[in-house]
Amino acid sequence: MLAKRIIPCLDIRDGQTVKGINFVGLKQVGDPVELGAKYAAEGADELVYLDISASEEGRRTFTELVSRIAARIDIPFTVGGGISSVDDAGRLLDAGADKITLNSAAVANPALIDAIAAKYGSQFVVAAIDARTVDGRWVVTTHGGKRPTDRELFAWAREAADRGAGEILFTSMDHDGTKNGYPCDTFARLSELPVPIIASGGAGTVDHIADVLTLGRADAALAASIFHYNEIPIPVLKRALNERNINVRL
Amino acid sequence: MIAVVDYDTGNLRSVADALHRAGAEFTLTADPALLRRADRVILPGVGEASSAMSKLRERGLDTVIPSLTQPVLGICIGMQLMCLGSEEGGVGCMGIFPTQVLRLPKVTEADERLKVPHVGWDTISGLRTPLFDGMAEDTYVYYVHSFAAEPCEATVATTCYGVPFSAALSRGNFFGTQFHPEKSGSAGARILHNFLNL
Repeated sequence: MLAKRIIPCLDIRDGQTVKGINFVGLKQVGDPVELGAKYAAEGADELVYLDISASEEGRRTFTELVSRIAARIDIPFTVGGGISSVDDAGRLLDAGADKITLNSAAVANPALIDAIAAKYGSQFVVAAIDARTVDGRWVVTTHGGKRPTDRELFAWAREAADRGAGEILFTSMDHDGTKNGYPCDTFARLSELPVPIIASGGAGTVDHIADVLTLGRADAALAASIFHYNEIPIPVLKRALNERNINVRL
Repeated sequence: MIAVVDYDTGNLRSVADALHRAGAEFTLTADPALLRRADRVILPGVGEASSAMSKLRERGLDTVIPSLTQPVLGICIGMQLMCLGSEEGGVGCMGIFPTQVLRLPKVTEADERLKVPHVGWDTISGLRTPLFDGMAEDTYVYYVHSFAAEPCEATVATTCYGVPFSAALSRGNFFGTQFHPEKSGSAGARILHNFLNL
């Protein structure tokens, strides 16, 4: 039986792991390859590495890092951050990434999803969507949640899947970093799409993750700080989910 | 020496990295002479079956591979190309394994909706050695695929996703896995180790 996936997310700036609260006030938490290897050994099902470097040099450092991750890690990993062309995607594929996430660049140029999926396959493309509620409506945001767009979450998620995104990674900017849980109703609605949904942003307890995988019908839960600060170690989380009859890989 | 067949179907990197981790010496090649001389041959593959099959034909490998006598392992599309044919692109394949590759269903028999591709960790059962030597039933392995081979007498492991399909196939010196051992953590490392030590 297909297992629900638990995915630690590592934010990388200039080759080092960081994690922010609502994307500001970044704080360093460890070497990305060692941290990823530790999570893989503890039972993480996949890893996500997001490059939040602002500089060209930071980007080059990230590509080198992807090669080192690929050499060391024996579970799938996804990379994202600043990918804005088919060439960017190809460079990361060559470095050993299993999947890439497209975020702001896909909002600006939706055909980028079609182009990368056509060249490298849908399984390689994860559409990462950040959104916040404005007057009861989910508004897609870009540039780390800073810029609201005129797109609505559900319409954009469907369009991304139709264009060839193989998975959707949704982060609620209202919940990210708060540790108050995920918006399960929203995830349940996203789960109507024919592609797997990865829930991100807001995990603080085992119950939050259990809820988004059951009530929210998400296929995977992604989290950062609860793992980085060892608040809920992955083996503890997976055993607790298993006790709640949620199918996980132990 | 292990030969990894390089026929321009995307990423050989993850298989190469896994062989590095296993401490194995290997070469990436499409040269029939090198393939015939290798101790082991691995046929990886990502992408679409009919275009992958064309790339094998262009290199004349569609006749070389079935004639090999050393252990050969196909992974994912590589395994599918070793079957009779694939519904993906309606292509005839190498016919090593007596089974057809079909699209995964989008609903179960109980009419529950299934997401396709089948992505993530799923269990393998009905394990027949030697590929799975020392492994427990219902071990988790990593999948990413939309097409799968129907069960047949060469099936040596099964996974069920809407329908049961061949998680692994074996016939004579030929082996294939639909899942990705190179991405399946310690279980995958064990399967590669078993293949390398046949």
